[in-house]
Amino acid sequence: MASLADKTAVAAVPGLRALPFTLALIAIAAAIFALGRWYNNSYAFFMGYVVVQYIVLGTAWNILGGYTGYVNFGVTAFFALGAYSTVVLHKLIPAMPLPVMILIGGTLAGLVGLGTGYLTLRLRGVFFSIATLALAVVVQTLIINWDFVGGARGAYVLRPRVAPLIGGDYVQYLFLLMLGMCVIVLATARAIERSALGYGFAAIRDDEAAAEASGVPTLRLKLIATTLSGGFMGMAGAPLPFYVTYLDPASGFSLNYAVNAIAMPLIGGTGSWLGPVIGAVLVGGLQEYLRVTISSAVNVLVAGVLMVAFVILAPQGIIGLFQKRKR
Amino acid sequence: MDGFSADLLINAIVSGLLLGGFYAAVSVGIAISFGLLDIVNIAHPAFILLGSYAAFIGNTVFGIDPILAAVIALPFFYLLGMAAYQVYYVAFERRDDQSLRGLSFFFGLLFITEVALVLTFGVDYRTVQANYIGPSISLGLFDLPLRLLVPFLVAMAMVMAFQLFLSRTFIGRAVQAVAQDQGALRLMAADPVKIKRIAFGLSIATAALAGACLIIIQPVEPSIGREYIGRVFAIVVLGGLGSFPGMVIAAMTLGIAESLTATFFGPSWAPAVAFGILLITLAVRPSGILGR
Amino acid sequence: MTALLQVSGLSKRFGGFVALDGIDLEVQPGERLGLIGPNGSGKSTLVNCICGTLHNETGSVRFADEALDGLTAHQRTRRGLARSFQLPRPFASLSLAENVRIPILYSVNARAGGHLHGAAIDERCLELLGLFGLAGKARQMPRDLTQIEMRKLELARAMAAGPKLLISDEAMAGLSHAEVDEIIALLIRLNEQGVTVIMIEHIMRAVMEFSQRLAVLVAGKKIADGPPKDIVRDPEVVKAYLGE
Repeated sequence: MASLADKTAVAAVPGLRALPFTLALIAIAAAIFALGRWYNNSYAFFMGYVVVQYIVLGTAWNILGGYTGYVNFGVTAFFALGAYSTVVLHKLIPAMPLPVMILIGGTLAGLVGLGTGYLTLRLRGVFFSIATLALAVVVQTLIINWDFVGGARGAYVLRPRVAPLIGGDYVQYLFLLMLGMCVIVLATARAIERSALGYGFAAIRDDEAAAEASGVPTLRLKLIATTLSGGFMGMAGAPLPFYVTYLDPASGFSLNYAVNAIAMPLIGGTGSWLGPVIGAVLVGGLQEYLRVTISSAVNVLVAGVLMVAFVILAPQGIIGLFQKRKR
Repeated sequence: MDGFSADLLINAIVSGLLLGGFYAAVSVGIAISFGLLDIVNIAHPAFILLGSYAAFIGNTVFGIDPILAAVIALPFFYLLGMAAYQVYYVAFERRDDQSLRGLSFFFGLLFITEVALVLTFGVDYRTVQANYIGPSISLGLFDLPLRLLVPFLVAMAMVMAFQLFLSRTFIGRAVQAVAQDQGALRLMAADPVKIKRIAFGLSIATAALAGACLIIIQPVEPSIGREYIGRVFAIVVLGGLGSFPGMVIAAMTLGIAESLTATFFGPSWAPAVAFGILLITLAVRPSGILGR
Repeated sequence: MTALLQVSGLSKRFGGFVALDGIDLEVQPGERLGLIGPNGSGKSTLVNCICGTLHNETGSVRFADEALDGLTAHQRTRRGLARSFQLPRPFASLSLAENVRIPILYSVNARAGGHLHGAAIDERCLELLGLFGLAGKARQMPRDLTQIEMRKLELARAMAAGPKLLISDEAMAGLSHAEVDEIIALLIRLNEQGVTVIMIEHIMRAVMEFSQRLAVLVAGKKIADGPPKDIVRDPEVVKAYLGE
């Protein structure tokens, strides 16, 4: 008999417990990477990095947004914190390996998430959202005025020629690290979904006062969500300086990251770990296609337009559309 | 960084006051949509930018005074606001599914408007020409730049007109009522949805004038809307939701704070002031100075 | 025997409006207390202050001989205080079984020695829903329920927290005669199992059938407190609430 805990909602692979699921993810990631190495096309790695980065960003956002119901508009603050912490660390300790910088960047962003949450999560959800907008601008202003990281002029980061450990183009190494983060984030998201924590998040999202009355420690759970979400976003941003080699506030804090991080889960479906994946692949792919066929200005518009359309017409996302068909 | 001088200080404060008046004009719309209607329209700055560019077109293509151009554009903005509310109402308010999706809707509008403006007008700064941009009135101790004074006067007129509208006209009082008790409003045979639609339309109409004021005060380009999100919400929250006088005081306070920061620490720090104030207010006294 | 719930001098204002003015109330373990009063008299405000959803300015609340002041709502629920909401507030994206699962996960499991895991939780969910006749709809969503089923779900969810004291806030409003009887029977059965119950209602028939003691709230003040038979004859109560 199927347990009552099976979320009748979504999960495309319902029966798998956490460990088999994670192993499956690792296997898929390894296969993708091996395929890329065999095909050996630099462009594919650059593209792949972007899509996987958005899976991580979107999933991170969704833990707080889709699961818990608190909308974070300040994605750029956490993402850029990760990127700029790499710039600082690289300047101070050039020999520091990138994975370590990713962990530090993620921790820093997570702490900022904790702090912001502590200041604002006792208020209504909309105030939290407005505060996240504020946070993004504050962090951006701080960075612009900080000469050590290049201020408004930006900073150059030299990308090593050869990838450590695996050899080959450095971009392949970046892609591999991003894949690794993707596995971690997706496994975490799915584990949350099926756990008591996930139920707590859902209760907060559906009716916070009723959740409190049922014994859910809402503030504590919200802080966990904000910290996890912010931390993962920081991790996603940490390799960026090596990817772009020139990082300036205008592009590091680009609104595109925020819009994509929100649009992709909304379009894919916010109720499940699979939604951000679908959203990232479809929207990311569409954006790239439009960029090469029409122009790079129009592709940016796509995420915004699709997001508004889906939010109005298909609030449950693509996954929701499939579910409706099933019934 | 300049040394401390009384001259500089007084001028900074005066500019700050004038700027604050303008900020009040920018915030009137949010005071209505968020303060009274409880709609978090974070796309409001985008509408203000639309107003700026409308004034720009009127000024460069037709040679009209920017404020006049905005007045001409008012009815269109009003209709635009009503249309936006209608979509918002049908898609979200009626389904009672507001927070996540409603916010994302406005965020999407903000983004789409910004990109559309970039595609149409490019990322260059745009300005307008008028014979009050440039000269200042010198009053001994300090100067009154006309390019700040004129928008200040227009803004104050608009805020006062709104205050009168809300307290003296039937629709205005109905708008205040809808903020407090929709049930009672229905009993008065007034349709809350229609009232809200009118109110939201008016809030967007204010954006037209505010936009004209903006482009008189400073050159505009599409991404400066984002700075204003923090400013308007900082003002409305600091002033207290639903309080117009509070909003004006908060706007002045912010204007002075920013002006002082820009004068003594440099203009690149100014955007952080508003957001810093917002974060502090939310953390310490979320009901604001004069809030309900 | 110490009272299970002791409210002393509790006051609550909203701006200039005094919603509750110095309320004193005691509830003994195992008691069935009815709380009545006109609309706007502060009954729900009182519940909110007792349960921690609102903060009272003055006065104190003691439960099981422990001061609750300063504790959040979820901390109070974990100590054995549960309430249903006047307007049902189900978790809309979760099934009925999942709705009652939340209090089990977060109240029952948060107590020392109360842990349920795996299949035991599923069983307990079905058991709870079964108490209220909802077991057959365990996998359905709240939006598919009728009015009375929603009220029952509210009570089931409150019971799922394993409370010592249950406050039922106008669970019967708008229900039919037979449905009211159903809910009364349910609450009495719960009481027989050892749960102290405070029933807030306007339906006098239900209140009289159910309560061992009656308290009357009018305009934020408690004006009467005693056996039901005496209360309904109290001239002040009749004037303020029951009518001539």
